[in-house]
Amino acid sequence: MSSPSHGTLNRAPASKGLGPHTSGLGAFLKLRELPVTVALVALVIITTIANPLFLSPQGMKDLMLNATIMMLLAAGQTMVIVTRNIDLSVGSILGLVAFGTGTIFSSMPNMPIPLVLLIGIAFGAVLGAFNGLLTVWAKVPSLVITLGTLYVFRGLNNAWAGPKQHFAGDRPEAFGNLSVDTVLGMPIITLLAVIVVIILAIFMSGARQGRDLYAIGSDPEAAKLFGINVSRRVFTAFLINGSLAGLAGVLYASRFNAVGATTGSGLELDVVAAAVVGGVAIFGGSGTVIGAAIGAILLNTITSSLTALRVDKFWQQAIVGVLIITAILIDRLASLRHAKNLREKEGRNV
Amino acid sequence: MQHSTVYENALALSLHGAMKTFGPVVALADGTIELRAGEIMALCGENGAGKSTLVKILAGVHAPDTGEFIVAGQHCSFKSVADSKAMGVSVIYQEPTLFPDLSVAENIFIGRQPKNRLGLIDHGRMRKNAATLFERLGVPMDPARRAEGLSIADQQLIEIAKAISLDAKILVMDEPTAALSGVEVDRLFKVARSLRDAGAAILFISHRFNEVMDLSNRITVMRDGRYIDTHLTRDVTVERIVRDMVGRDVDTLFPKTEAALGETVLAVDKLGRKGVFSNISFEVRAGEIVALAGLVGAGRTEVARAIFGIDKRDAGSVTVAGKALPPGNPQAAITSGIGFVPEDRRKQGLVMDLSVARNTALTLRHKFSRFGLIDGRAEKRTAATWSRKLQVKTSSMDQAVSTLSGGNQQKVVLAKWLATEPKVLIIDEPTRGIDVGTKSEVHRLINELAGHGMAILMISSELPEVLGMADRVLVMHEGLITAQLDRNEATPESVMYAATASQEKNS
Repeated sequence: MSSPSHGTLNRAPASKGLGPHTSGLGAFLKLRELPVTVALVALVIITTIANPLFLSPQGMKDLMLNATIMMLLAAGQTMVIVTRNIDLSVGSILGLVAFGTGTIFSSMPNMPIPLVLLIGIAFGAVLGAFNGLLTVWAKVPSLVITLGTLYVFRGLNNAWAGPKQHFAGDRPEAFGNLSVDTVLGMPIITLLAVIVVIILAIFMSGARQGRDLYAIGSDPEAAKLFGINVSRRVFTAFLINGSLAGLAGVLYASRFNAVGATTGSGLELDVVAAAVVGGVAIFGGSGTVIGAAIGAILLNTITSSLTALRVDKFWQQAIVGVLIITAILIDRLASLRHAKNLREKEGRNV
Repeated sequence: MQHSTVYENALALSLHGAMKTFGPVVALADGTIELRAGEIMALCGENGAGKSTLVKILAGVHAPDTGEFIVAGQHCSFKSVADSKAMGVSVIYQEPTLFPDLSVAENIFIGRQPKNRLGLIDHGRMRKNAATLFERLGVPMDPARRAEGLSIADQQLIEIAKAISLDAKILVMDEPTAALSGVEVDRLFKVARSLRDAGAAILFISHRFNEVMDLSNRITVMRDGRYIDTHLTRDVTVERIVRDMVGRDVDTLFPKTEAALGETVLAVDKLGRKGVFSNISFEVRAGEIVALAGLVGAGRTEVARAIFGIDKRDAGSVTVAGKALPPGNPQAAITSGIGFVPEDRRKQGLVMDLSVARNTALTLRHKFSRFGLIDGRAEKRTAATWSRKLQVKTSSMDQAVSTLSGGNQQKVVLAKWLATEPKVLIIDEPTRGIDVGTKSEVHRLINELAGHGMAILMISSELPEVLGMADRVLVMHEGLITAQLDRNEATPESVMYAATASQEKNS
């Protein structure tokens, strides 16, 4: 134990001894993604012991397919949450784009698939930009703005679709096969999502603009003082998040049979849950895209494994809830203890 | 002496006759400072002497209304912090603003991170550059760790590292040592001296005379927003500096009404909170005004919060009229007769959007509630009574307090607590941000309350207020009471000495 007034000095040489890089194991143990990864691995092992079919090739494929959409949405949502904002409208954006995709294919079955993907992404980007503009210009909390657009976008979807639904039969077979054929052992849409998540992860950790997002969420006022263009960065985060929701919407139309007025309803809360469970701090500043994606996989896997273990549907939801609260409590307790330690160790020697 | 030549060194920065007003308040009447390359200039003055305003002008936070400002031979008018940085001025604040979630290296280089061939941030090179900076400063620091939880001393070093990486020629340190331990101060001074010897001009603000005498080449003194004098450190005594700082007549401002002192009402015994303050013992008698003086950050507000029970105490006891208070229980404190008027009335004293009546009656919700609902008419009646007594200027009891002036807001906070008919009133900085006219009204009011037998504990950073109002002055320094002075012993010098504890080397 170091004496209080010498706390800083005693601590510092120790870190020097480790060299400029934090030791590998220490850094690994501090990773915010660690708890969620451990939970995922444990869950898969336990479920497989109880039901060996869980990890069969078909079982794996189902797990991946189920997690794909959520992974994309959670990754995009992370960008927004990191800046101390939130986008609750992603479920509605996904719904609009999914129905749009169905509509395009039913009237123009020969439309090239890459073009449809681009149209979907652009559509999502426009909706995301709308959220971003309102948040940045009106300076209203994004929680309120996107709660509003959640209903507005859903209303548009209702007006557009009415009782109409588009079914997989209307869409080209090649489009549906994106969710069936595998490359490198992964369904194509999953591979696509993984690539997008990795690109986003590199952007968030390796680009100046990406680091700016963390700075903004960490201390918005300081970010302004540092000359970071807060409005533009936040707007961009919403725009990219919208594009990802758009991409997810197109993939949704490939994966699922029917798209209609209610497609994607209620997804937004699952998405936020996935990010939080994956170690993304709800008040911004920390958390990674990879963590959120693993969180999305975990939440989907829980549902599948509880089904495999024949646990009642009600309990599945309750368990997800417990996970979220646990994730937040762990964070909160750690920071409370940290603050108390700091006061006692680095305050005055009195 | 090695630095006897400072006067011949190149002029790095000069500010002459800078004035800055905020509405009717004159924050700086004559801001004058001259910094030469390779010197450390200390800036001394009481709280409110205008030091902070001057620093903010140098930092580009405020633009002065008038005055001549020259940096590196060029006439300047900074419009933003970026302007000042571009001219090579860096300011290290008492509490730096870092991004807690980012690494130390990233906090230094944010927005200017080194990139690799792919256009991505080269994290390795960034850490190495940061490590080089810390090596140059001669302090060990892990560039890869998150900034969260770093001590203030370490945060300041990061700011200094950043300043060096930006090639700053002028370094302004605004009370950097206020929250540092002795070892940390020594380390900071070593860094400051090596930067000076490398040709930087440093402006150093501190309330601790031993530090000022130890570190600086020259000393500039300010008082009441004005430049007073500049001395060569080796030719001047602490006594002379203190005289320059306080030289004014305070007795006439505050006609003190003598009240008959009664029983002891508030007794605080060996109160302590780890890492914040310890061994705080004093008593306040009925009709007595006790001032808690000291510098900002000495731990005065924290003591008040612990007495009232907002913060938990780790040691000691608080007794009100012979009855011991449980720790960490403000409701019990209110019931036993303590009222607490906090320093920041906008955030802690008032609900800004609620009406005058609601705010006044907040402390009396229990008394006014019938079957769990609050009786609005009783609420307004009480509020009207107290508003009249305190002469709150408001058009109606329904007016939102956010629309009142600072002085009137303070009166509403006072009314709120007086309505509970407290035996003890703790007032933290009663006249901060209040115009001069209302100030004396608040002072008269406090005197009257004491005259009616209330025990008053007043925290104040304004020396004239302390000396003019108090029957007794407790002076705090770094979490300890360093002096208990009776009214006739309390002089500007004696209070200032105890507040800066300048006779003892603290480490």
